[in-house]
Amino acid sequence: MPKGKVYFEVDLCKGCSLCVSFCPQHILYQDKTEINKSGYNIIKVSEPEKCIGCAFCAMMCPDSVIKVEVDK
Amino acid sequence: MAKVLMKGNEAIAVAALKGGIDAFFGYPITPQNEIPEYLSKHLLAAGKVFVQAESEVAAINMVYGAAGAGARVMTSSSSPGIALKQEGISYIAGAELPCVIVSVMRGGPGLGGIQPSQADYYQATRGGGNGDYQLIVYAPETIQETIDIMKESFDIADYYRNPVLVLVDGLIGQMMETVDFDKPVKKRFIPAKDYITTGTANHPGRNIVNSLFLDPVELEQHNFQLQRKYQQIKNNETKYEMINMENPKYVIVAYGTMSRICRSAIETLKEEGIEVGMIRPISLWPYPKAAFNEIPEGVKGILCAEMSMGQMLDDVMISDKGRHEIGFFGRVGGMVPEPEEIVDAIKNFKDKVVK
Amino acid sequence: MEVKYQKTKGLTDKKLSYCPGCTHGIVHKLVGETLEELGMIGDAIGVASVGCSVFSYEFFNCDMQQAPHGRACAEATGIKRVLPNNIVFTYQGDGDLASIGIAETIHAANRGENITVIFINNAIYGMTGGQMAPTTLIGQKTTTSQDGRNRALTGGPIKISEIFSQIEGVAYLERVSVTNPKQLIKAKKAIKKAFTYQKEKRGFTLVEVLSTCPVNWGMTPVDALKWVETNMVPVFPLGVFKDAGEFDV
Repeated sequence: MPKGKVYFEVDLCKGCSLCVSFCPQHILYQDKTEINKSGYNIIKVSEPEKCIGCAFCAMMCPDSVIKVEVDK
Repeated sequence: MAKVLMKGNEAIAVAALKGGIDAFFGYPITPQNEIPEYLSKHLLAAGKVFVQAESEVAAINMVYGAAGAGARVMTSSSSPGIALKQEGISYIAGAELPCVIVSVMRGGPGLGGIQPSQADYYQATRGGGNGDYQLIVYAPETIQETIDIMKESFDIADYYRNPVLVLVDGLIGQMMETVDFDKPVKKRFIPAKDYITTGTANHPGRNIVNSLFLDPVELEQHNFQLQRKYQQIKNNETKYEMINMENPKYVIVAYGTMSRICRSAIETLKEEGIEVGMIRPISLWPYPKAAFNEIPEGVKGILCAEMSMGQMLDDVMISDKGRHEIGFFGRVGGMVPEPEEIVDAIKNFKDKVVK
Repeated sequence: MEVKYQKTKGLTDKKLSYCPGCTHGIVHKLVGETLEELGMIGDAIGVASVGCSVFSYEFFNCDMQQAPHGRACAEATGIKRVLPNNIVFTYQGDGDLASIGIAETIHAANRGENITVIFINNAIYGMTGGQMAPTTLIGQKTTTSQDGRNRALTGGPIKISEIFSQIEGVAYLERVSVTNPKQLIKAKKAIKKAFTYQKEKRGFTLVEVLSTCPVNWGMTPVDALKWVETNMVPVFPLGVFKDAGEFDV
């Protein structure tokens, strides 16, 4: 059971990749094959079970794309 | 209430208090310093707001903020300082905020002089700042009239959500006359200010005070809305006086201090058997164009008399629509004419005709 | 599961107009979160300036006024003087605050106006396409310093926090960055303190946030954050420059 879970509001993402850079678990990546409604390559989670719920990704995201939940 | 003898600038300040001012922001400049000086004492004593800003630019922007926050606000300055305020005034007009601006005109251009002038007519009525907007401009001729207009100005500004400019010259600002502060003035119903920024906890929704409309469709609609307002102002607020218009041979058009000098000239000419009438605009914007339709038959010419090189002259020509010969008499640089000069100008009218 | 992080109520639903990775978005969140956590959203009145953040009146979820370029501190003064119990803040870039608006900003600070200024310093004029700013670094290439900023021609970068630390009316002054989560948390603390000091009527508060402009610097957003650390911080050191409350018991 992963400690944290992230949700992406995909259409708000501008593909800046700050979240990818700051994820300490290195489980975020930019999918160069998929774009959202605004034409940006979106970010996806490669290994969600490794998420520790630190919320660094959400903190660094300038566009409030990411919501983070953690185990109580 | 008993009449008092008071200096024009001071009377403007007292009238502002009577008119319900909440806040004053200004900067010292000759010849209007008695206004901020008087208000610095009396506003603070009344628990209201007074700030001597670091510049006229800062002052008009403080006016903008305070007006957007719902206060009845005023600033005062003189010609070069009013020039500095043009950016802020355009924003205030574009954002549809109320405020009262007093200008005590002095000679220009540039640093110019400190003596009286009327050379800011263009500045007052033809923008000054950028874009299609108008100020409601009043030009009283006596201190009493200045007081009465000042008292009404805050209501007029609030009613139309538009800046009001009270335009006097250094002579009115510095002279003393007996005045009555308690003459009743027209009371207007002011709707509740639902557009002001007092915090979302204090009104429904979210209020934004703004003049930016990047979408041209929106900006054009906004400008049409402003024009509808200006048409309403033209219909309701045009003010003028007709003097000695039963059977004049000539008609003078003059405002403010110049109109008082012309009154004396008209008396002298009457004694010499020359009947001269006068159209005295009290609102410079909206300009009393309709007054020119009231000029009776048999008038030989219109003399525009100003303390400028010919700024109101344009509006005189526009309003007359080519029906009469138009002459111009002007003194500038702080030179205030004697009534005899106006008498001569009428007698030698042909020499004054504008080609 | 419980929510650890989500979008703050201090920002509206409007999609931000900033470039991808621009730190404006991060600082907007910090301000929004601060207003939300301090219970200030309903009393706040923000003054939007002119620059990339000209539309901030669409993003902060409170009453807003839009000011002419440079005049935000004068406008905020007018608001706060007539509404002394509201929370009034400005949000200004380096052109707005340190160039055209320097007089209005210094004098608001000198009068000790009870307002909070959020100063976004990214050493360039973003909105107008990358011209030199008062805070542009020596040697930094911009569209109006195409061979790099030349000290002999234009002087050096202006240091707002250092200058303002000399002004008596300033109650709190800190320079921060948002280059990583640790710095971001410090930046938020500074912003919270600034707004708290305003509520306590201590005087003028300003937080200078070293920020990026990936597009006009010609870098990726991630590289731009690194550039702040390697190039800007040595010129604009982080830290508290003034704290009027530090001697409170």
